[in-house]
Amino acid sequence: MDRNLIRIRTLDKEDITKILDQSKVFLEILDRPIKKVPALRGKVVVTLFFEPSTRTRMSFELAAKMLSADVLNFAASTSSAVKGESLKDTALTMKALGADYIVVRHTHTGAPEFIAKQGDFRVINGGDGFGEHPTQALLDLFTIRQKLGRLEGLNVAIMGDIAHSRVARSNIFALTKMGANVRLVAPPTMLPVNIEKLGAQVHYRPDAIFEDTDVLYLLRVQTERQKDSLLPSLKEYAELFGVNGDLLSKFKKDVIVMHPGPINRGVEISHDVADGNDTYIEEQVRNGLVVRMAVLYLLEGGKEAAHEAVN
Amino acid sequence: MKLLIKGAEIIDPAGKIAGRNDILVEDGVIREIGKPSAAGAEVLDASGLKAAPGLVDIHVHFRDPGYEYKENVATGLRAAAAGGFTSVVCMPNTKPDIDTKSVAKYVNDKARAAGLGRLFIAGAISKKREGAELAEIGDMMNEGIVAVTDDGNPVMNAQLMRRALEYTKMFGIPVMSHAEDKNLAGAGVMNEGMVSTTIGMRPIPKEAETVMVLRDIELAALTGGRLHLTHISSAESVDAVRRAKARGLRVTCDVTPHHLVLTDESVMGFDTATKVNPPLRAESDRRALVAGLLDGTIDAIASDHAPHAVHEKEVSYDDAPFGLVGLETTLAVLVTRLVETGAAPLELLISKLTAGPAAALGLNAGSLAPGAPADIVLFDPAAEWTVDSSKFFSKGRNCPFNGWRVRGRVAATVAAGNIVFKDGAFV
Repeated sequence: MDRNLIRIRTLDKEDITKILDQSKVFLEILDRPIKKVPALRGKVVVTLFFEPSTRTRMSFELAAKMLSADVLNFAASTSSAVKGESLKDTALTMKALGADYIVVRHTHTGAPEFIAKQGDFRVINGGDGFGEHPTQALLDLFTIRQKLGRLEGLNVAIMGDIAHSRVARSNIFALTKMGANVRLVAPPTMLPVNIEKLGAQVHYRPDAIFEDTDVLYLLRVQTERQKDSLLPSLKEYAELFGVNGDLLSKFKKDVIVMHPGPINRGVEISHDVADGNDTYIEEQVRNGLVVRMAVLYLLEGGKEAAHEAVN
Repeated sequence: MKLLIKGAEIIDPAGKIAGRNDILVEDGVIREIGKPSAAGAEVLDASGLKAAPGLVDIHVHFRDPGYEYKENVATGLRAAAAGGFTSVVCMPNTKPDIDTKSVAKYVNDKARAAGLGRLFIAGAISKKREGAELAEIGDMMNEGIVAVTDDGNPVMNAQLMRRALEYTKMFGIPVMSHAEDKNLAGAGVMNEGMVSTTIGMRPIPKEAETVMVLRDIELAALTGGRLHLTHISSAESVDAVRRAKARGLRVTCDVTPHHLVLTDESVMGFDTATKVNPPLRAESDRRALVAGLLDGTIDAIASDHAPHAVHEKEVSYDDAPFGLVGLETTLAVLVTRLVETGAAPLELLISKLTAGPAAALGLNAGSLAPGAPADIVLFDPAAEWTVDSSKFFSKGRNCPFNGWRVRGRVAATVAAGNIVFKDGAFV
């Protein structure tokens, strides 16, 4: 693996498999009375979040702590970024504090690469602009593999605002690399040009994917898309693409429903589906923890040491 | 004062003279080309070098007044001379804008004080470049403006654009259009295509340019005015200009060196020096631009030299301002990527950097004919060097060619009969 984890696009199938396998090893730790291993003892992990986040930041923080790292949390809203400190100077400050890892979430695509240039710390992309969200895709793959036993040959439909979704982008790269068939379902205003050339099929309406979809992956639809004229209203989106019990009954019986969160109840997903038995949103969160542990662990150079560190 | 430039290989696209000859310069004008006597003249040995008219760049930003921390008239003219340029046309997006005679006079005075090459001004089309009311174009003519443009603020109001094309007819100057539909471009930061889709960046479709190119061409047809489309970047724009010229319309255009040699693939590394407006396009557009250069559709090459302070570009791609610096790399980048690869002959490129732009804007420049201003560049097309933006005479460091190994080096620049730049230093 590379020294940073910024893009799924630049990983190969072996890298992804290695992370998923390592995640499985860590899953066992969650059931221990003492949820801690010493793999990153003495290391400093900074979570540098320029956008609000609940699950990703907390997940990284907890993952790092379970590996015995020291964790510093940076939130732009309560930091010198508010006073106009530049991204460069923020990164240099983290370098001076001795950060070994920087987990970055930023509204701008490419911000993780920019930070990686400022020091010799390892950078993990916690979501950049419309770019990528690699650990989200990895935890999604882990969850699918856990539920369905494989990735190759599965039909995975991603529905929602593909154009403005870093989650969609990372999942398209990850799933196609692992041999799954990816279908994208969205109004044409939410599909970027030539997206099919990334190896995915494109559909404008959900009825095209009822028959053989194994995984239905829903994306959060954001209210500001209305003012960009991508949608007339969230209500109309919910009518055309919202997944409720009725719509879900048209899919095959054993379809699983996933969502990266936070969900918009009543928009892309109804309360009955969100709280129903076909939905694995909470498993995704739990798996996120072990996937992030695996990423931190593998970037630290853990290979042969896997079992030693875990035991 | 006399200067004899001896033994250079002459490239004069506007004239008939070629081959190895001597150039005699006296009192700021070219006296004779051939074998004139050296009596009383300072002699400059130019054997092994090419001599061409001083290069002409009709699209530069010297940021003066208002943004002198990015560039000023003196540093801009030094960058120009170091790149072999002896005539430049400054865009009016300064602070205040060059929308009145008094601001134009301020810029002209600074250029005179700098005493390097010649600086021309493109005044604003509209007051404060707001696209609402015409600026006092006639009054700015008193300060010698050579075109009008609102450059970075394309004129979205078609009625105002019509009036500008009509009104300028009485002065004989062109309206220069930065063709971009601002609504269609939106908050985009790069070309819309496979790369923007792959890396996930806000896109600018090339149609944002196409629709305005087509609109402006029809307004030129309606008014009979002179339209110059600056930094066209797409295959469709080249086609549109080709058809406009075939219709006999008074339409000219230029292209930048970066659109001729780079594509949106360069954006993949998020180097903010590649963030430029219009954005770097697809390979098919790049090829169409080269073809347009070869078949005469494109009249000129202009750098759109747009310096920014280091701290302004050392940010995320979205936060970085548009623009890159080009004056000191234009010649070498074109020689390396177009001449050395066999894509275009050197003589053609020189014509697009001299006679072509001079004709498009009606400048008395770009020629070595006797009586012409003694603006001359001497260069060695084979000399190899490495672009190091930290060594630029421009204040700008935002150069996507930084670190490139290139061929084609300016040996000396003569402006108004004086050697102003020689062997990498100012005289």
